[in-house]
Amino acid sequence: MSEAANPTMGLEVSNTEQAKNAKTLFGFWVYIMTDCVLFASLFATYAVLHRSTFGGPSGETLFSLPNVLAETLILLTSSFTCGLGILSARARHKNKVLFWFLITFVLGVAFLFLELTEFRHLVITGNSWRRSAFLSAFFTLVGTHGLHISVGLLWLAVLLGKIFSKGLSKNNIRQLTLFSIFWHFLDIIWIFIFTIVYLMGALGK
Amino acid sequence: MDYIAGVLGKLNSHVFPTDKVTLGAAISIPLGGLLVIALLTYTKRWKWLWKDWLTSVDPKRIGVMYIIVGLLMLVRGGVDALMMRAQQATSVGSSHGIVSVNTFQQLFSAHGTIMIFFMAMGLMFGLINLVLPMMIGSRDVAFPFMNLTSFWLFAAGMILINLSLGIGQFSAAGWLAYPPLSELRFSPGVGVDYWIWSLQIAGIGSLLSGINFFVTIIKMRCRGMNLMKMPLFVWSVLCTNLLIMFAFPILTVTLTLLFLDRTMGMHFFTSGFGGNPMMYVNLIWAWGHPEVYILILPAFGIYSEVVATFSRKRLFGYTSMVWALAAITILSFSVWLHHFFTMGAGADVNGFFGIMTMVIAIPTGVKIFNWLATMFRGRIRFTTPMYWFMGFVGLFTVGGVAGVVMSVPPADFQLHNSLFLVAHFHTMIVGGVVFGYLAGITYWFPKIFGFRLNERLGKWSFWCWFIGFLLAFVPLYILGLMGATRRLDHYSASLGWQPLFIVSAIGAAIISAGVGIFILQIIVSIIKRKDNIDYTGDPWNGRTLEWSIPSPAPFYNFAIEPVVTDRDPFWQAKHLANNNEAEAPHYKSITMPKNSSIAPIIGALSVAFGFGMIWHIWWLTIASLVAIIVSIIIRISDDNTDFVVPASKIEEIELGYSAKRALAPKEKYA
Repeated sequence: MSEAANPTMGLEVSNTEQAKNAKTLFGFWVYIMTDCVLFASLFATYAVLHRSTFGGPSGETLFSLPNVLAETLILLTSSFTCGLGILSARARHKNKVLFWFLITFVLGVAFLFLELTEFRHLVITGNSWRRSAFLSAFFTLVGTHGLHISVGLLWLAVLLGKIFSKGLSKNNIRQLTLFSIFWHFLDIIWIFIFTIVYLMGALGK
Repeated sequence: MDYIAGVLGKLNSHVFPTDKVTLGAAISIPLGGLLVIALLTYTKRWKWLWKDWLTSVDPKRIGVMYIIVGLLMLVRGGVDALMMRAQQATSVGSSHGIVSVNTFQQLFSAHGTIMIFFMAMGLMFGLINLVLPMMIGSRDVAFPFMNLTSFWLFAAGMILINLSLGIGQFSAAGWLAYPPLSELRFSPGVGVDYWIWSLQIAGIGSLLSGINFFVTIIKMRCRGMNLMKMPLFVWSVLCTNLLIMFAFPILTVTLTLLFLDRTMGMHFFTSGFGGNPMMYVNLIWAWGHPEVYILILPAFGIYSEVVATFSRKRLFGYTSMVWALAAITILSFSVWLHHFFTMGAGADVNGFFGIMTMVIAIPTGVKIFNWLATMFRGRIRFTTPMYWFMGFVGLFTVGGVAGVVMSVPPADFQLHNSLFLVAHFHTMIVGGVVFGYLAGITYWFPKIFGFRLNERLGKWSFWCWFIGFLLAFVPLYILGLMGATRRLDHYSASLGWQPLFIVSAIGAAIISAGVGIFILQIIVSIIKRKDNIDYTGDPWNGRTLEWSIPSPAPFYNFAIEPVVTDRDPFWQAKHLANNNEAEAPHYKSITMPKNSSIAPIIGALSVAFGFGMIWHIWWLTIASLVAIIVSIIIRISDDNTDFVVPASKIEEIELGYSAKRALAPKEKYA
């Protein structure tokens, strides 16, 4: 077990590497919780507005479930490869780390591509965020998740560049750990979007 | 034309103010800035300012910067208040007062926004930064760079809101910008955009601070300080930051949705296309109600420290105080609807929120009684912080009772949006929050600067605030009961309200004298600092860890990490210790974070980003966003952010303090 993966949660106050890891990891979890509140607020607005279609189309007519299923499977697989990458980082296999995280990156880009294709299709068929309160809430909730994915991809690209050039330094491993928490978190949020927005929307609930 | 719109967005030559009042303010702020720049250049202090202050990650210095900004904003918001009082005292019958209706609307919007976000939040984060690490026996906060970044985001928001004076105009939609009034259709100017972006940027800074201090308290307490041995100020900060972490993301979302409505043509809160304005009111108060507790809890913490120190007694009912804080923290999320009982939620819902609001008065009452019981049979010293405390107890209790009156929904249907409400929340925020922070500044000033503030001027300032407050707000309670609504720019002479409005305006003028004397007190104390010098590091006969180290506190706080066994560790050490001289201390080298110029750069870029968003100058927005991302990447790629202070250097600094301590006269307070 490396320090990054298993920081001491004891009472160390000195600025040693372990205390730093413990603080950073805990702080990042706390940040994730605040992001959870942020998504909760967006889910709440979506719940309030999802019937406010103002005579426009509802989710029942707009959503294509096969497309969303593909997005879901891609994102879940990327979480799996991200986990494999973290295992390789613990074993200090630089090339395996690069390999698994590169796959994670590609899957993330594929997810984003599918999502933007869906958005584009909605906009050109006249169902943009200006159409109704329901569509405003839909684009904002799903788009905020997509924005998080984009930030994650940018972060991962920078990290991969650093690992490629400088190797698995302590700082890099710490950041990989944080990235993996972030990525799994976005996966969980997506499961909620998949269920509440798409499945329930397609059923007309 | 298209080319110009591309470069300048909505900016044109008509954005500069034309009415005399705004123009005067818009000119006086840059003039003041020029004066400061000239002074800095004349005294050759630019390098000092940049290296020792603006880029410093020392929480004590960050705290001082927050407090300076907070006091400046107290003056700015205070001027707004004075003009509102002057308007309402004169705008009656055929007279229409000193400002136009539109300016008046901007005045009350700016006053509320500035006082809450930039005065109160600024002083609060300032005081937390000043003393929290010392109180828990730590050398720093958990994330020093992030701490400085939070300050600069706060400063960026403050700069944006003040830019609205000179370039364009500020929001005229009230301090919480309710839609549909704040939507593009009814507020087409940039005012609401200024409001959105100054709060959004400062709010993200507050959220980062919330995370930072929460982690600091959980992870960085010194050995022996378990949760129930933490000083009560630390407990109050813990609860406040928990509230920040749960409430501020809601604000971020709400502001973003309003921005999307206005800029992207979405329909969250519009009156057409299925939008729901009531959802905004719910969302903003789901943040807004916890926000008032975010402000008051640290003030409660300060009062708890002040009353124990100056009563020379252990705080009465520590455990019940902690539970009261925790109860307030949780309950504060279940009362937000009492801000809009009149908006048609129905009797059952109103009944629930009314009862929850009454329930929250119980833990608050517990705290009041505990403070009074602490004073009971204490050996009280009537210092300035104690004056602020006693003024607080009286005002806060009265204001709290007024709040319980309004928590009854049928009564609220009469009092909603009246001046009675305005008087109530000013009693809580001035009498509770501001008095607490001014007490905190007076109490901890010597720890940071090495000398106390002038007591005589401090007491003068208190009396001006206290008497001015009563004169300014008791008439508002009465006017509210007589039916005067808030935000009136004009009223009929036959109502007979003018005498009370004039008394209120006189009260506001006396409060301004109190603000002036407080600032004068700081200046006089700096000039005559030899009179009030603190040799020992313990000028008040304190109880908690921050008084165990010398004043002004060294940048590393503790040369040797403390170990505590008691709730009042320093008091215990002073009074119970067997006085056998400890052996010569054995210093070790200390790792400290390096200063960072990236944080102020991110702050400057945030101003540019917000300005671009407000004026639709998209190239500026994108360029500054890219630059912010690059700055963050540079920072996270830096593996070398700490430096080591050798043991010899620490010994040298500590010896200097010992020499100073030897000069101390006989103990003043026993």
